[in-house]
Amino acid sequence: MSLSAAEVEFQSNKGPEPLKERLQAKLHQYPSISPVMVLLISGAVFWILNPNFKDPFNLSLVVQQVAVVGAVAVGQTIIILTAGIDLSCGAIAVFASMVMGRTAFANHLPGWQSLIIGLLVGTAAGAFNGFLVTKIKLPPFIVTLGTFNIFNALTLLYATGRDIQASEMNSTLVWMGTTFKAGRFQITLGVILMLLMYLVLSYALRFTAWGRHVYATGDDVEAARLAGIETKRVIFSVYMVAGLIFALAAWILIGRTGAASAINGIDLNLDSITAVVIGGTSLFGGRGRIIGSFYGAVIVGVFRDGLTLAGLPPYYQSLAVGILVITAVTIDQWIRKANK
Amino acid sequence: MSVAPALTATNLFKTYGSVVALNGADLQLYPGEVLAVVGDNGAGKSTLIKCISGAEVPDSGEITLAGDVVKFHRPQDGRHAGIETVYQTLAVAPALDIAANLYLGRELRKPGPLGSIFRMLDNGAMKRESKSHIADLGISTIQNIGQAVETLSGGQRQAVAVARAATFSSKVIILDEPTAALGVRESNQVLKLIERLRDRGLPVILISHNMPQVFEVADRIQVQRLGKRAGVVTPKTHQMNEVVAIMTGALKVEEKDQTLQPVR
Ligand SMILES: Nc1ncnc2c1ncn2[C@@H]1O[C@H](COP(=O)(O)OP(=O)(O)OP(=O)(O)O)[C@@H](O)[C@H]1O
Ligand SMILES: [Mg+2]
Repeated sequence: MSLSAAEVEFQSNKGPEPLKERLQAKLHQYPSISPVMVLLISGAVFWILNPNFKDPFNLSLVVQQVAVVGAVAVGQTIIILTAGIDLSCGAIAVFASMVMGRTAFANHLPGWQSLIIGLLVGTAAGAFNGFLVTKIKLPPFIVTLGTFNIFNALTLLYATGRDIQASEMNSTLVWMGTTFKAGRFQITLGVILMLLMYLVLSYALRFTAWGRHVYATGDDVEAARLAGIETKRVIFSVYMVAGLIFALAAWILIGRTGAASAINGIDLNLDSITAVVIGGTSLFGGRGRIIGSFYGAVIVGVFRDGLTLAGLPPYYQSLAVGILVITAVTIDQWIRKANK
Repeated sequence: MSVAPALTATNLFKTYGSVVALNGADLQLYPGEVLAVVGDNGAGKSTLIKCISGAEVPDSGEITLAGDVVKFHRPQDGRHAGIETVYQTLAVAPALDIAANLYLGRELRKPGPLGSIFRMLDNGAMKRESKSHIADLGISTIQNIGQAVETLSGGQRQAVAVARAATFSSKVIILDEPTAALGVRESNQVLKLIERLRDRGLPVILISHNMPQVFEVADRIQVQRLGKRAGVVTPKTHQMNEVVAIMTGALKVEEKDQTLQPVR
């Protein structure tokens, strides 16, 4: 009996594969494996280097410090999943925080009204990016490079050279900075909100048609279009939802820093991309898990904290983050090659 | 006596920049027939069926479905009208599994509030349905419905695309080179499937470069040349070498020698 080419190929798929291929396949199937491994190993090493690292107070501090970038990374992840990028995410967050702060301080609006206006402004800013990407058909990199500068300028214009301090704002706006004890750990409401955002977006990506379309669009936009997906609407919605997420991150930012300021959070643009990439989401789109970005953000936090505790000067932190990013992208390339 | 066509395309024009892909193309598809479309590379076959399915919008020309003029702007417009297409590029999402690909763009949601409020997908139902559809279609090359499409062989991917179109088409099914990557046995399965779909009354447009296959399964053969129809013949009236000659322009067919009316 003869076998057709397809059958032969199918059977060869089933044979025992070499370890390397098996590892590639596993990493491909579960992109969060590598960030979790990095997190566990680095945690163990820093613990050995300085036993204070594992102190609940220190670990709580690490998580509090990554709340803002972790939240921004949620929006960055869904954009990168569509094979896009948002260089303006930090600028949107800072702009939204300034809108919240100033409408409360200068216009004497109640806190919840300032909050809603800030969230709307963030959503609109995201929608503007989405409009330029889908309707004017400009590359996301260029669009958000442009809007990064625009939103920065708007922030400075609107700020009139002055920060708004927590004491000058309604308590609703600084609410996210509230701390409470969870066992021996200290958590802020901002951390809770960030975790909630991961929960909601994980659900949407995994269990709804929208999430499935986000992956399909990022994977191969023309194939998704031919398969009957409104790819433009999907991409637009992703930038818009991301804008809302950045504005929620702005709320966390105000709570964390106790102020609305034009300079707080300006590193968020690149730091969020760093978290997403370390978290195993592919910059080429269509592959990754949103929870990976949380691990990515925590890994960066752990390295910064651990290296400081180990007594190394701050530039070692930059060095470590740089190595992490390049390693993560290298692994991604390697995994993708396995499936070409 | 004349039968009303299931689908017509009249005088379609489509240019990409300075490239003229369709230069006044026509097509009539009759109920219950397999119409093969053949032609050289670049003759405009894929562009023609993309204009019919809604994947491309023609610059001018008219398309009718069951007698009504239709204007599709997106692939899902054609889909909603009951036209399913296997594109030459397959249009599958590599990272998603087979069931997810079958239901891509028409996902099933869980019954009750889980589906209506929380928009939760019913993966179980989609898997079950996909499995039974694929079994019904007699496509044996697909084994594990939960497998990601990128882990499949080229032929298996093609089978997924064919299964998707065959499962959901209700008015017309279009297959753009559906057997290009298939082995002999799988090709025969697809040809059998085409015959079964036709016997169910579904008209089929089949694009293929494989002349023996075309002559085996087609009721009529439309030869496409330089963006328009060079003639329509049947396996009974013309030989393979004559069809090839029409394709290359070496042979002209008079209108009276063509088969512009249905043969079954
Ligand atoms: N998206 C596009 N952009 C630019 N030119 C295109 C595009 N699609 C098709 N063309 C051009 O239109 C012409 C017809 O292409 P088409 O794909 O319809 O040919 P075909 O008959 O399907 O060929 P093949 O047998 O190789 O599949 C070709 O010259 C091609 O280069
Ligand atoms: Mg073609």
